[in-house]
Amino acid sequence: MSSCTIYKRELSSYFSQPTAYAIIVIFLLFSLGLTFTFGEFMRVGDSSLEWTFLFWHPWVYMLLAPAVGMKLWADEQRTGTIELLGTFPVSTWSAIVGKFLAAATVWLIALALTFPIIITVNYLGNPDNGAIFAGYLGSFLVCATFLAITMLVSACTRDQVVCLIVSVAICVLVVLCGYDPVTRELSKIVSPGVLEGIVSFGVWDHFRSLNSGLFRLKDFIWFGSIILVCLLGTSAILSSKRA
Amino acid sequence: MIEVENLTKQFGTKRAVDNLTFTVQKGEVLGFLGPNGAGKSTTMRMITGFIPPTSGDAKVCGISITDNPGEAKTKIGYLPESAPLYNDMTVIGFLKFCAAIRGLKDTAKNDAVERAIDTCFLDTVAKQSIDTLSKGYRHRTCLAQALLHDPEVLILDEPTDGLDPNQKFEVRQLIKRLGKTKAILFSTHILEEVEAACTRAVIVDRGKIVADGTPAELLAQSGTGSLTDLFRKVTTRDTEAAA
Repeated sequence: MSSCTIYKRELSSYFSQPTAYAIIVIFLLFSLGLTFTFGEFMRVGDSSLEWTFLFWHPWVYMLLAPAVGMKLWADEQRTGTIELLGTFPVSTWSAIVGKFLAAATVWLIALALTFPIIITVNYLGNPDNGAIFAGYLGSFLVCATFLAITMLVSACTRDQVVCLIVSVAICVLVVLCGYDPVTRELSKIVSPGVLEGIVSFGVWDHFRSLNSGLFRLKDFIWFGSIILVCLLGTSAILSSKRA
Repeated sequence: MIEVENLTKQFGTKRAVDNLTFTVQKGEVLGFLGPNGAGKSTTMRMITGFIPPTSGDAKVCGISITDNPGEAKTKIGYLPESAPLYNDMTVIGFLKFCAAIRGLKDTAKNDAVERAIDTCFLDTVAKQSIDTLSKGYRHRTCLAQALLHDPEVLILDEPTDGLDPNQKFEVRQLIKRLGKTKAILFSTHILEEVEAACTRAVIVDRGKIVADGTPAELLAQSGTGSLTDLFRKVTTRDTEAAA
């Protein structure tokens, strides 16, 4: 119940300010722009969207997802409203869940607004819409993971800029780990065991399988556990800051 | 109504609140005085459940804030020191949010918000965005938030700080009026406020109570009939503390 109240407040705060609009517009411009330029959507003639469109999402998220999440706790701490929240009869956990879901909803709306590309591939070709759905789900999970990381960082600082920079840095790292050109270079320096560890920490191994329409339990566990660990970490940091 | 028992807060090596014990009964307005850094805000934050005490306990309407924080918090209305607010909301939107988070719904919620707006003279700014409000209105909006659920206990951290003389007068009158049916604990630097609004006052210094009594008793204790003299006599000055 209280999660729901906080969720509504956070979501309306995104849309009463220019934040959500700016981020959604930039996301649409970048993701679709990359599809038609570097993704060579028109030349490749692939209706699966896997490489032309969805491939670009983690790259865009690593820069934009922290911009949505950075205010979640940093702003509460800077303005002191955390003291109000902390004395309302709500648990820290329900506030964390409400805030996280609100930020995720902004991204769900952004993703939903890419629907013209689905109409386009269905008009031009004969895609497997189930696989496209799996790709979208993977894309959303990547985004939710980045949001959870950002939330954890925002609990540590009252400065939104610091939160943005640190979160982007972490997200870039998660994207680069396991990206083929990087792993190729790494394989020359580190042992295969270490490399495997690095790859499994990265986002591609898990996103790629969903993106190709494959539902593997271990990918859901990976996304779910990172999100859960970040949210629990947020709760631990907020409690320890008050102690 | 408020029972503080051996409340202690240790920050590292500094003991901010040292074994504090006092009670506030229904119908009593207790003025909480002391120099800056005496532990007033820390005590209030512990009673409201924002920070956990190192040892000791505070009971609100018989409910322990350490054992049963969720329930105890429903009995308290709290105005934090800096009157923090969500700047992206309107006054009425903010109050509705606070009422919803306190579990009020539909007509009960709207009635509570309307009553709080009336009590704190916020009619003229109700639909205004909070970031455009003057300091006086911000303070009163935050005070309105504390009154929404008609709590049995009010904890006000410097409720008249930064207000002009007219606003100070109004807030004092309000505290006096509310004090007839509630237990109020409020902190202040302004000694005249004690005579104007309190039924009893305590002076704390370095986390300990150094004077306790009705305004008349305290005046008698001062020897000179001036609260300022008593205050200076029983508290430590910054310069002394440093030496």
